[in-house]
Amino acid sequence: MRIQRSVIASAALLAVALAGPAAAWEPTKSVEFIIPAGTGGGADQMARFTQGVVAKHNLMKQSVVPINKSGGAGAEGFLDVKASKGDNHKIIITLSNLFTTPLATGVPFNWKDLTPVAMLALDNFVLWVPADTPFMSPKDYLEAVKKAGPNKFKMGGTGSKQEDQIITVAIEKAYGTKFIYVPFKGGGEVATQLVGKHVDSTVNNPIEAVAHWRSGKLRALCVFDGNRMPYKDKVTATMAWNDIPTCKEGGIPMEYTMLRGIFMPSGVSPDVVTFYVDLFKKVRGTAEWTKLMQDGAFNQTFMSGKEYVDWVARAENIHRELMRDAGFLAVKK
Amino acid sequence: MEEINALFHGFTVALTPFNLMLMFVGIILGVIIGVLPGLGGANGVAILLPLTFSMPPTSAIIMLSCIYWGALFGGAITSILFNIPGEPWSVATTFDGYPMAQQGRAGEALTGAFTSSFVGALVAVLMFTFLAPLIANFALQFGPPEFFAVYLLTFCSFVGTGKGNPFKIVASMMLGFAMAAVGIDIVTGQLRLTFGFTELLSGFHFLVAVIGLFGIGEILLSMEEGLSFSGHGARINPTIVLQTWAKLPRYWATSIRSCLIGCWMGIIPGGATPASFMSYGVARQMSREGAKFGTGQLEGVVAPETAAHAAGTSALLPMITLGIPGSPTAAVLLGGLMIWGLQPGPLLFVEQKDFVWGLIASMYLGNIAGLIVVLTMVPLFAAILRVPFPIIAPVIVVICAIGAYTVKNNMLDVWMMVVFGVVGYAFRKLDYPLAPMVLALVLGDSAESSFRQSMLIAQGDLRVFFSNWLVGSLTGLALVALFWPLLSAGITRLRAALAAGPG
Amino acid sequence: MADNHGSARASARTVVIDLVVAVLVFALGAIVGYDSYRLGASWGSDGPQAGYFPFYIGLLICICGAVVFVQSFVRLGTDRKVFVTAGQFKQVLVILLPSAVYVFGVWLIGIYVSSLLFITLFMSFAGHYGWLRSAAVGLAVSLSAFVMFELWFKIPLPKGPVERLLGF
Repeated sequence: MRIQRSVIASAALLAVALAGPAAAWEPTKSVEFIIPAGTGGGADQMARFTQGVVAKHNLMKQSVVPINKSGGAGAEGFLDVKASKGDNHKIIITLSNLFTTPLATGVPFNWKDLTPVAMLALDNFVLWVPADTPFMSPKDYLEAVKKAGPNKFKMGGTGSKQEDQIITVAIEKAYGTKFIYVPFKGGGEVATQLVGKHVDSTVNNPIEAVAHWRSGKLRALCVFDGNRMPYKDKVTATMAWNDIPTCKEGGIPMEYTMLRGIFMPSGVSPDVVTFYVDLFKKVRGTAEWTKLMQDGAFNQTFMSGKEYVDWVARAENIHRELMRDAGFLAVKK
Repeated sequence: MEEINALFHGFTVALTPFNLMLMFVGIILGVIIGVLPGLGGANGVAILLPLTFSMPPTSAIIMLSCIYWGALFGGAITSILFNIPGEPWSVATTFDGYPMAQQGRAGEALTGAFTSSFVGALVAVLMFTFLAPLIANFALQFGPPEFFAVYLLTFCSFVGTGKGNPFKIVASMMLGFAMAAVGIDIVTGQLRLTFGFTELLSGFHFLVAVIGLFGIGEILLSMEEGLSFSGHGARINPTIVLQTWAKLPRYWATSIRSCLIGCWMGIIPGGATPASFMSYGVARQMSREGAKFGTGQLEGVVAPETAAHAAGTSALLPMITLGIPGSPTAAVLLGGLMIWGLQPGPLLFVEQKDFVWGLIASMYLGNIAGLIVVLTMVPLFAAILRVPFPIIAPVIVVICAIGAYTVKNNMLDVWMMVVFGVVGYAFRKLDYPLAPMVLALVLGDSAESSFRQSMLIAQGDLRVFFSNWLVGSLTGLALVALFWPLLSAGITRLRAALAAGPG
Repeated sequence: MADNHGSARASARTVVIDLVVAVLVFALGAIVGYDSYRLGASWGSDGPQAGYFPFYIGLLICICGAVVFVQSFVRLGTDRKVFVTAGQFKQVLVILLPSAVYVFGVWLIGIYVSSLLFITLFMSFAGHYGWLRSAAVGLAVSLSAFVMFELWFKIPLPKGPVERLLGF
């Protein structure tokens, strides 16, 4: 189940050094930055962060204007970009809902309706349990879940038939047990529900749970990436992100990361795409970006061009397989 | 006391000329954002968030939180003047605020709204200052069953006393629930009631419905009287603020109740909008003048505004201490904290003393600044009603259209607004009450998902709503509120019987 | 409140409108109920399915619609209360129709130009103000909206050919 290639953290710096001379095309009016998610979420933060960085460092003559179109698990935003064929002044940031929403609901859009621009980063998923439970490793925990029998332990997650539930189902498959999956609206809410012990575990992104981890309320069991997270600075009194084992090490044969990437409407010229690729390379070169990546323990893989297209195509297939196995695909009428 | 020292330190942080300037800029921007329907505090803060990157975090949060206070104040203005709630939490303010304006008492209603907003905020900030560590963890007690019980309580306290045709009340409320269900179902991820129209994916937004039902509907109703209709005979009265202040102390009981409801709903976090409805409903049931609510009672403005502002302010507490946003605006501020490199959570109070106490100090100062700004504008706002109707009517339609569009950047919403306007007009004339519909629309989604989350957790066992003292007492309270009219009638009869018995 | 003694010929009676609305309400309820039934409206092993609540909501709407229909039908012969007189309705249309056209204009040529035209025309035709004054108000509202949304808050509103000509 390999979803992404691992790349060392310094790729970002390298990418900036390689950024070529300014492309011929430049925006002539402000650029709409569509966010297919609500205000305050991970994608929203990243988009508004980009807007701020672009303005602060004057990376572009025109401004970036983030617009939330979160309806229908993000379908609203994707459909808007799909309908804006040939619009040079519109970009969209994606989450896994680029794949999961059309598969789960049958809403007619696909990444092939859009022009892939660049991958900004990959968001990690960590298996969390409350700190005062006896489970020290993913194996401890999952053995306990298995022993208790199906539908005893509760897994909290964001949304339904989206990344959190996909991971949950994959764990269930691997261990032959069943969680009660409880869907919530946002990642912050999920983390709080875990601290309040209304659920037994979560697969929150690092940035959603880090505050509770640092205050000693939560324990990180493993990360669903292929390799450990590269950040070695201590986050809690005793642990750095790097100290969290991968789930594979812990005996869960599952890898999953979430795309934080940029797409555009179809029918735009390569010059335009090059401009945006360069723009995001510059964004990634700023000190602010490095700090955000570190705080959120992101996987800093950057891709563009064919490499990116191939990655997205592969990721779509993997999502289709995972969701078919889980029985999440929309019933075709 | 330690808190007092820390607070004074906070004042020295907040009281630089630069920060004071940001405070006033924030308040004024916030009031504008609050006045424009559709453009909520959350959008406003989100829009201005990137501008704050080049500021120190403390200055940034001072400015952004002041936008939030401004929006909390400003939401009441159009509710009272034109029956158009500028913000979701000022819907309940229209119930009595707009009738007051129609009677030429706009100045009084505005002063009452602003002052009680300030009182609500002040109580919440005091709580914030002295009790923060104590109550911070309270929100952790709230799982899905507890949230459902809170929503149930909101409903029951609001609809417990309904007048008119009960079938029309139920129909109106159920239509609200049905509209809330349109779109994607959070628990199963299925599309509901969209009938294959991609335009319906995102469902009906509460604000679009409200702008149409209340704002456009009201214009249509007013037009029946013809264009000669001008203003509401509002006189510009510079002493109106003082006159209203003289009346306000009489509502101290309502104020205290509303502050408590607001603070509590902010911490849970249940949000400012349910808080305002609950507070209005409770005030109507408890007040001696309860039967007159909806006809232009000052108390009916005081109750929702106090609770909304108290909830809006205390919503920042779970955001800072736990990293859970108590309101959409708090969610955006939370994103801001992370962008500035601050991690919200229990350690923020320890690691970022300057920031936290600067913020708390700015809550005091920002709300005082806000009160001064909006109160000085009361005569000006009231004077807007003197603008002749043929001028103000198309301008209101334009503002409503912009508002409906900006809610979700969606053209369909502008059409929906017109349709809702016609529905609002017809329903008003046929005595279908609009308030239950609006309440169902705003809470339906959350209530249903928390109910179903509870059912998942309890594997379908309904006893979960009585499974511990917290959820049990909330559910019990809700049932009492629902049957309160029956209960109080019963008690009265019982008393009468007892009194008559011996004689 | 409507005038109880208005002439029945030039007006719509409340009870008739009540009937019509009751039918519409019933129809809405039926649609809601039908679609929810399709989704699955039973109480599953772990709580209600997606269509459970909407189904009963739809059912309740239908019941209420039906009851209101019957209530109104009973009063059909006796209740002469006036919903709206022809004159009043004409007044309502004076703002409703231009508003609908305005919304169509927003979609067609953008919000700023439409707002300018709508306010100007409404003021001069319906309000009998002078052209100059009407245009001044329209322009002021439109421009301030433009400054506030496009320039200040950076929220793009619907725009048309005129704005594109100016480079927005």
